[in-house]
Amino acid sequence: MLNVDSLTRGIVIDHIKAGSCMALYKYLELDKLDCSVAIIKNAKSNRMGKKDIIKIDGMLDLDLDVLGFLDCNITVNIIDNGKIIEKKNLVLPDTIRNVVSCKNPRCITSIEQGIDQVFKLADPKTHLYRCLYCEQKYNPKK
Amino acid sequence: MMKHLIDPLDLTAEEVNEFLDLADKIMEEPSKYRHICDGRKLATLFYEPSTRTRLSFEAAMLNLGGSVLGFSSGTDSSAAKGESVADTIRVVSNFADICAIRHPKEGAPLVAALHSEIPVINAGDGGHQHPTQTLTDLMTIRSLKKRINGLTVGICGDLKFGRTTHSLIKSLARYTGVKFVLISPQELRVPDYIFESLQAKSIAFKQVERLDEVMPELDVLYMTRVQRERFFNEEDYIRLKDSYILDAKKMELAKEDMIVLHPLPRVNEIAVEVDHDPRACYFKQVKYGMYVRMALIMKLLGLEESEC
Ligand SMILES: [Zn+2]
Repeated sequence: MLNVDSLTRGIVIDHIKAGSCMALYKYLELDKLDCSVAIIKNAKSNRMGKKDIIKIDGMLDLDLDVLGFLDCNITVNIIDNGKIIEKKNLVLPDTIRNVVSCKNPRCITSIEQGIDQVFKLADPKTHLYRCLYCEQKYNPKK
Repeated sequence: MMKHLIDPLDLTAEEVNEFLDLADKIMEEPSKYRHICDGRKLATLFYEPSTRTRLSFEAAMLNLGGSVLGFSSGTDSSAAKGESVADTIRVVSNFADICAIRHPKEGAPLVAALHSEIPVINAGDGGHQHPTQTLTDLMTIRSLKKRINGLTVGICGDLKFGRTTHSLIKSLARYTGVKFVLISPQELRVPDYIFESLQAKSIAFKQVERLDEVMPELDVLYMTRVQRERFFNEEDYIRLKDSYILDAKKMELAKEDMIVLHPLPRVNEIAVEVDHDPRACYFKQVKYGMYVRMALIMKLLGLEESEC
């Protein structure tokens, strides 16, 4: 099995809720990367029972803001020379663009062509996001 | 940065007062402003009909010496051919200096603003926001009561789904000492976030089911409609339906200087007999609305009074 040590330079996204690594893979657009990406499903975890892990080899700079929105339990370690050089603290991003869609049928996003789906952080305490256009709630926890 | 008016709360309390001050000045001496918009054009892009609002905007621009162009329903516009709001506003930006947009979809005016070369005014987007109505409401209250601070304002009707009442509540909550009396059926009370924001700011408010109970306390009564289909059950509808209809009998309970407002159109929630009562101010409200829109057009076009 892979472990952190096997990566000399790259990013380890750990403590992903079991079963959701493929969704993260999609959101982070990892399919567009040239470097090797390891996906570990259902790894044993003391804290979580089961978890998923994603390891990205050879890449240090990736926009990971969306992770804070999707799941704030995720941890991110940046590895260089085989050592953890940074443990990233995930924060809730102010804006989420084209990650989730507005579910309000009265929202302009339901008919306007070529429009970005944008959600703004409305209340950090409750992780509440609102559609930029119609203010419909979106709560990633629910 | 280009200024638009999309959400009434985009304006600070000071900016709101500046608009109202200018509207007051225009109302005092309209002739002074008769040519300030000479040679300028307002586009009214109405994707759904709202004759009253459109005429108010058009009258406002004409009174300032400008001219108007536009369309008055989605069916006779480019939207019927499937053109996006973004593309329409890009085109209209070449023809007009400012535009007012009304659209059945929530957020459409914001989409327009994001792609516009000219100032955009939200003239109503579905049930979402209607900032010129909110400014009109504030202007009417301030003009007729000579103040907003310290008033007890009753808001009656569907307070759950009527989001224009939410903007009004949030705007009034920025003044000092305003007390709210929220009159609605249990099921149609204001949403939790409004309730919580009033509590958090320690703003005095109470929620009641019947209008007649609270009539004597009110300085302002803002009536809106409760639609039959909004009631959860027939029993409540029958029990409460008359509670939300303002008639002469309920007016007897009110203060002599209370004012009654309504965003119009009225259906049956205010009995016609009330129209003759001097406290019925909902038709005056229309006039204030036009002056507010005149002030708004001037401010968004960056026209100063000194230019008159
Ligand atoms: Zn939306």
